[in-house]
Formats: sequence, C-alpha cells, structure tokens
Amino acid sequence: MNVTCPECSAEFDIPADTMTGEIVSCPECGAELEVVDLDPPTLALAPEVEEDWGE
Amino acid sequence: MRIAVLCSRIRAEEKLLFAELEKRGLDYTRIDDREQVFDLHRHDFPYDVVLERCIQHSRAVYMLKIFGDAGIPTVNTYEVATTCGDKFLTTQALIHANIPTPRCLLAFTPETALQAIEELGYPAVLKPVVGSWGRMVSKVNDRDAAEAILEHRDVLGSYQHGIYYVQEYIPKPGRDIRSFVVGDECICAIYRASEHWITNTARGGHASNCPVTPELADISIRAAKAVGGGVVAIDVFETTDGQLMINEVNYTMEFRNSIDTTGVNIPGRIIDYVVSVARQ
Repeated sequence: MNVTCPECSAEFDIPADTMTGEIVSCPECGAELEVVDLDPPTLALAPEVEEDWGE
Repeated sequence: MRIAVLCSRIRAEEKLLFAELEKRGLDYTRIDDREQVFDLHRHDFPYDVVLERCIQHSRAVYMLKIFGDAGIPTVNTYEVATTCGDKFLTTQALIHANIPTPRCLLAFTPETALQAIEELGYPAVLKPVVGSWGRMVSKVNDRDAAEAILEHRDVLGSYQHGIYYVQEYIPKPGRDIRSFVVGDECICAIYRASEHWITNTARGGHASNCPVTPELADISIRAAKAVGGGVVAIDVFETTDGQLMINEVNYTMEFRNSIDTTGVNIPGRIIDYVVSVARQ
C-alpha cells in the first residue's frame, strides 16, 4: 500500500497486512507515523510518548 | 466466545496476539481507548472476557475497572494493573508477601528524599512511581547529582514527581532477568544484557534465553501471586552472592524479543489463558 508522509510528503509503501493503529517510520524524514485509516491508507503524526506509557 | 481487546497503538505484541486469536478462529472486538465514551451507568457489555493491551496506564486501569465491575473477567484485573502500574504499590505487595526485593525508601519532599538517598548510600536509584521502559530512572552517584535531580523534579515535575521512590542500587552482572508468568506457570525467561545499567530491551538491552530454574520459577510465581496473578512479566535481579530478587512486575507485557529467544509461543499462551478465564 502506497502512503504519503504528512511531515515531508515522501511517498513509500507499507506492508499489505498493516493494521490501523500501527506505527511506521517515514524512510525519508524518520517521522513516527500512525496508520489512521486503510481505505485509503492514511498516516498521521504519531503522538509523543507520554509519561504513563509503557508495559 | 466474545472477546474484547483494549488497545490503542498496535505494537508487534498486539499483532501477534490478534494472529493467535485468528489462528484459533476466535472473534474479537478491538476497543480503541481513544474512540470511547463510557456511560458509567451501563453494565451490559457484550463480552465474555476482556484482554487489556493499552499503552497508557491511566486509561487501562479505568477501563479494567469499568469492565471488571460489570462482571466481565479481565486479563489482567484492575487490581493487578493498579498494583503493577505503581512501583510503590508493587514494592509494598512484594514486601508483604516476603519476596526478596531491593531495599526501598519513600519520601515526599526533596529534603527527605535526600535523607533517604544518603541513608541507602551512593549509588542509589531514584524512580518515578509511574512510568515504564526505564524512563526517568536515575542512578544517583553522589550528593551533587542527588541535589540536582531532586531540584529538577521539584521544579519541573508533575505532582507524581513529588513522590520520591528511592531504591537500593543492586550491582548486576551486566544483565538482569525477565521472566514471564501466565497463570500458575513461569513459561519462559530471558536474560537482558547491556553495558548500560538500564537493561530494558526498549533501551537497547540484548535478549538471550534464560533457563527457568526451579528457583526462578518459584520466585516469579510468588511475585505474580503477590500482585494478584494473571499474565505478568517480572524483572528479576541476580545478586553477587547468587540470590534472586524481584525488581518490578509488568502487567501489559511486551514480548516481541522473547519468542524466538525462548522458543515459547508467548502470545499463544496468553490467548489460551484468556480463553480459560472467560465467563462460560
């Protein structure tokens, strides 16, 4: 699936089994991006890690 | 069987768990915490069991409370999440279950925190009570460092940084152990090796298989029971005289680096457990 980085506009492919909620990195600018939709595949800047995040 | 999975960000672990659910032909509903409005007067949720996989502790505990109070079994329970999500509560549970754990002092002001650090001696470890992946965990090597960190926390921190959890520093042999407990069994363990004193794999620690000795299984299972049981990952220190002690217990465990390393299908074991606790 072809997507566009919302940070730097680079176009790149993500795997076909990608799910919404997954995080991908832009190969050009390195931004962490969340897959927010699959139809059509859409990315948004992923939220910064917050203090109570973890396992 | 109706299974709900609480989540937001989908990590490698969540994908592996979804794959195990699908492999078993089990239907599941993803509940993204960012999309929910909970009517607190409602308690007729159409689920037989809830698996919690949130990345955000505060949301996890509230949702586990809502589903648990509605009579739905949850993995883990609200009580386990509450205890494991707070290092003070975890330590308190371990101490009262007579499980070896590093000496720990608690203080509420920078002045008494300094007193606590000096009572334990340098180096000491200062941790926020809520947090993960080794974030903001500080090894305090001397009084100058102690004063600087305490001042920064006092000025810059949120209210929770006004709780000073001070732990004895345990010299480690370049590694610690993470053991995995599912129900009544310690299913596998890894060594986490690092040249840095923080060995979390999220911080670059290298994973290798750790044999589950009877001693490791025993202390891991006892630690799991001390916090309420379920599916937990336990951080274990080896002391220089060969004893084991429990550092922390994690309730939404990450395991992506431990499946190939141990040869154990950890997500498969988790799903088996989830199915076993579902209401009939």
